[in-house]
Amino acid sequence: MERRKERIDRGIKARSEDIFALSSYREMLYLLVPRAIPVVGLLCVSPLLSPYWREIFISTAVYALLAISWDLLISAGLVSLGQSLFYGIGSYVAGSLNHYFGLSPLFTIPIATVLGGAICTVVLLPVLRLRGIYFAMVTLVLPLMFLRLVEATRILGGTEGLTGLTPFPNSWVSLYLIEVALLVALFGFRRLMGSDWGLIIKGINDNDRSVMSAGLNIHWYKTQVVFLAASVGCFTGAFGTHLDMFAGMPGFALDYSIMPIAAAVVGGAGSFAGPLLGAFILVPLSEILRSLGALRIVFYGMFLVIFVVGLPEGLFHFVERKYHQFERWVEVE
Amino acid sequence: MLVGSLVYGFVNSAILALVAMGFNITFGISGVANFAYGAVYIFAGFFTWILLNTLGLPYVLCVIGSVLAAGVLGIVMYYVVILRVKGLALSEVMATFGLGLAIMELFRYFDFVGFRYTLPIFFDGSLSIGEVFIDYQRIIIALIAVGLTGFLYLFTHYTKIGLAFRAIAQDERTALTFGIESDRIGAISMAFGSALAAIAAIVILPLGTIAVEGGYEVLINALAVCIVGGLGSTVGILVASVVIGYAQTFTANYLEPHWMILVSLIAIAVILTIKPSGLFGKQKELEERV
Repeated sequence: MERRKERIDRGIKARSEDIFALSSYREMLYLLVPRAIPVVGLLCVSPLLSPYWREIFISTAVYALLAISWDLLISAGLVSLGQSLFYGIGSYVAGSLNHYFGLSPLFTIPIATVLGGAICTVVLLPVLRLRGIYFAMVTLVLPLMFLRLVEATRILGGTEGLTGLTPFPNSWVSLYLIEVALLVALFGFRRLMGSDWGLIIKGINDNDRSVMSAGLNIHWYKTQVVFLAASVGCFTGAFGTHLDMFAGMPGFALDYSIMPIAAAVVGGAGSFAGPLLGAFILVPLSEILRSLGALRIVFYGMFLVIFVVGLPEGLFHFVERKYHQFERWVEVE
Repeated sequence: MLVGSLVYGFVNSAILALVAMGFNITFGISGVANFAYGAVYIFAGFFTWILLNTLGLPYVLCVIGSVLAAGVLGIVMYYVVILRVKGLALSEVMATFGLGLAIMELFRYFDFVGFRYTLPIFFDGSLSIGEVFIDYQRIIIALIAVGLTGFLYLFTHYTKIGLAFRAIAQDERTALTFGIESDRIGAISMAFGSALAAIAAIVILPLGTIAVEGGYEVLINALAVCIVGGLGSTVGILVASVVIGYAQTFTANYLEPHWMILVSLIAIAVILTIKPSGLFGKQKELEERV
């Protein structure tokens, strides 16, 4: 007698999908609670943490934003192996605006977000004509080359970097700035991917030719995706620069590339909440394992391999399924 | 100066070609972009060093041993990781990238850092061509690069496995109907690519020290050459190595060594703008496998 697992949507899921969700508190809570968890978790729990863990909380949020930016790219079928490109460019743009022109963070961060996004898009523009693998190769190569370029030509402070930049007024500003940015990116991108625009992006990932035959210019859409993702990445770079009061070569470091990918894959790509979950698991974990030194990157690498091979849907989709569906064993006829 | 640039440019091109060949052969045959390539390269370097210095084996045995070990590592990676995500190009990329990082950083963790990690050169001494002095090791690199290219040409045209390689590369389904098992050939192609990385490591590493950063360097160079030459095209790899190799050497000699890194960056940018599939890329823009 063979059995298989049957998964059926819960009744409450079907009921709450429509306007009928307004008919009872239970349905409304069913919709509201999952969305409230990140908001409450970020805005209310973080102030209660000790200063040390608050720092870690901030760096977790930075990685989570980079992971969300990575997730947006993968929605369009673009694997970025160099999120540090975005971080580094954003950090250098904000750093040099602050260092050479004396602009305050109030101006440098927005300018770095937009200008940095535009720079990254222009740099990556030629690759967008090709499918995924070239994009992966070029994004892997670029940050390492920019690193060498800065080192070799000694522009923008060379190996020393730009130091003594303007810090944030106090730690609360930085904490809430990154949290609000994270929430905006999370809910904004989720909403965006649910719109017609998001449908086109998903279509490009599934079958770019049919999107082209629908008369849509896929290169233009890919450009928009890269600009959005790069802007988010550059924002984190600009933020990190003012947080550390330093812009330099560590901005292009491998950590900023491997960590977001690992977080997004562990959490589950394609949902934006998954990368957030992944980052909030992996970064504190790596903080606890700080004594291991270089072994941390080994861990991320292994996590990445294990999840890509063993659980490609990621943790978030697993949890989501449990929330929306119940499972039972049925006999196979 | 000019003769020197020409000679050293050729050696530089040979180094680039050696480095890119292994990456290219795996991609050309089984379509797997092996982002763990740099890791295999330094694995071979450290493995040879361990055999040579810790176990004290004769040099010839070490070379054979580490080439075989790299090949086995390739096969294991193929069956344990790549085969499970085969066909999902994005997952292949992420899995091999993670694997490569894990291997490389593992060496760093076990403290394989420092000047004592060097491989011996084959013969001491140098030769003079006109006014230019060149050591034997660089001549050997050039000779081995040329020899390997010839060997690969003969291998893929006159042996059964070589013909099977090309069959799989041309049309996997038709090859299957001829009884060529694509998984097995994929594993062998991975082993071949890794063994080539090992040979490159053994020949090139005596010029400097074995360092984890070298793995990243090799991966960057291999990717740059492959992007410029066109993925999966052997002729493209050779032409791109010569172009980038000479351009780098001339830049280093006539401008400043700092600017060397810019050469591959500019080459990538130019080639992607003019002809995105590479100089000799067989794939059309959207027919790209990924």
